[in-house]
Amino acid sequence: MITEYNIALRNVGKINPASIQDYMDRGGYEALKKALQSPSEKVVHDITKSGLRGRGGAGFSTGLKKKYTSQASCVLLECMRYIVCNADEGEPGTFKDRIIMEGDPHLLVEGMVIAAYGVGAERGYIYIRGEYHQSITMIRNALAHAHVHGFLGNNILGSGFSLDIEIKLGAGSYLCGEELTLLESLEGKRGYPRIKPPFPAESGLFGKPTLINNVETLSHIPTIMINGARWYRQLGTETSPGTKIFTISGDVKNPGYAEVEMGVSLSDLIYRVAGGMKDERPFKAALLGGAAGTFVPESLLDVSMDFDALKEKGAVLGSGAVIVMCNDQSILMMLDSILRFFEHESCGKCVPCRVGTKQLVDLLEKLKGADDKRSDHIDALVYQSELMAKTALCPLGQSPVLAINSAVRYFRDELETTQISQSRCR
Amino acid sequence: MKKTDILEKYLPRMENVLLILHDLQNNSRMNYLSEKDLSLVAHHLNTTLSSIYGVASYYSMFSLTPRGAHIIRICRSPVCHCAGVDDVFNELARILKLDVGATTPDRLFTLETTECLGQCDLAPAMTIDHVVYGKLTAASIATIIAQYRKKSASQGD
Repeated sequence: MITEYNIALRNVGKINPASIQDYMDRGGYEALKKALQSPSEKVVHDITKSGLRGRGGAGFSTGLKKKYTSQASCVLLECMRYIVCNADEGEPGTFKDRIIMEGDPHLLVEGMVIAAYGVGAERGYIYIRGEYHQSITMIRNALAHAHVHGFLGNNILGSGFSLDIEIKLGAGSYLCGEELTLLESLEGKRGYPRIKPPFPAESGLFGKPTLINNVETLSHIPTIMINGARWYRQLGTETSPGTKIFTISGDVKNPGYAEVEMGVSLSDLIYRVAGGMKDERPFKAALLGGAAGTFVPESLLDVSMDFDALKEKGAVLGSGAVIVMCNDQSILMMLDSILRFFEHESCGKCVPCRVGTKQLVDLLEKLKGADDKRSDHIDALVYQSELMAKTALCPLGQSPVLAINSAVRYFRDELETTQISQSRCR
Repeated sequence: MKKTDILEKYLPRMENVLLILHDLQNNSRMNYLSEKDLSLVAHHLNTTLSSIYGVASYYSMFSLTPRGAHIIRICRSPVCHCAGVDDVFNELARILKLDVGATTPDRLFTLETTECLGQCDLAPAMTIDHVVYGKLTAASIATIIAQYRKKSASQGD
């Protein structure tokens, strides 16, 4: 078997997630005690040195985010900083944050308190998608218990540092998983994206410096505090250190999740972690990173699954979703599903995305029904999605190009010739 | 719980609006937010009805029309699509005799589609209220719906 790690999945399946005592018995909140004994700059320094990058999809350096947030100048008296945890997991094929929140909620809380101490945030919010009922219950319970034990609230463990964390709920908008849109939603508004810059580190929630991190990212912090940045850097690759939870779904024998080193090969994920292809069908493609992701063909089975190696191949790691498709699946139908998804989730604020996502669906519909000139329709799809990537306001309108370009790059023959088939692995 | 009691649980800040709307809807017998509800929220938050309507109408989990006792949300995302959710959905629509967004005449079920529910290892998946059902087949759908109907009949509602 391939080596699995327990950093973000430290206690998942090993403790009663409703029990803070179980968590503490396995070393829980020791990292917080250690962090609070050192200056806050050291916490930021250690996280920066660890090379931890955001696990939500973009892969931005977590340490740098923290540094910018802690350095953002603000007028005296108004010097409020916020920490926000993005738990609005909605990228198709992704369920890693749910596994952490349902199975080890205190790990997230502990990581968040340490991060807040690092940047000097006094208020925190965990924004959880409304559909994640069990996650909401578990986090709510964890926050209450953390309060009782003095890990949250005023003067945490006598350190002089105070922090309160509140839960906020999403209500069924994919777009709110985008960090600036999430801040709008947190403020009680419609989920419309903001224009960047300013970045949240400078002007985020209520216009104040805000650190916003994904659930999985924050869950790495306690282990980094205990074992040190140097230890963490030994895992993964040079530019993408550490581990990553991959969620593997689709036509594999054992769909599920695993935390392995960054840089694992795609074929190891499919054949060693997920038990191989379902019914021994031939592998056709994997959609990496969900709907805002890229198709990769068989020739890339040995690609290193990390932010930069994938980028070199024109693919993305994204959230760590690996959606596996066997030979019976149709790339065209998958694209159809992805483009309809974007059309439905477009918020309508900017014209390129509001009109563009609809046009992409129409173009694909034409391609599906076309007997000739299929190549023209394909070129139109590429042109339209590239135009959107250049002009749309937020990552949603900039994303369809990923799936379209990768599908065209690797499966153009199929798109040009294959008639629609509904066949699939069973 | 009385509506005014629900409102009183939350400080009158706009940032609480989604929590308040969830709470009101969850306590509504017909799983929706009426115009009166929105007016109460607007009053509590010292803002206009139109701004509350703007928020409530944006988010797909909120309904501004009455729904059934149980909300079925079936996932139509790419993963569930590959796993054959179309067949499951068609069977569900056939059994319930419903289109998307509609409610059965006995007001027991409302059928909705949703984007990825994060249950991709159990695809195709759906939720009924807060309960997750995975690895759905046309046959298992019939059994699940029958259980809810039976339970409802025995409770006489």
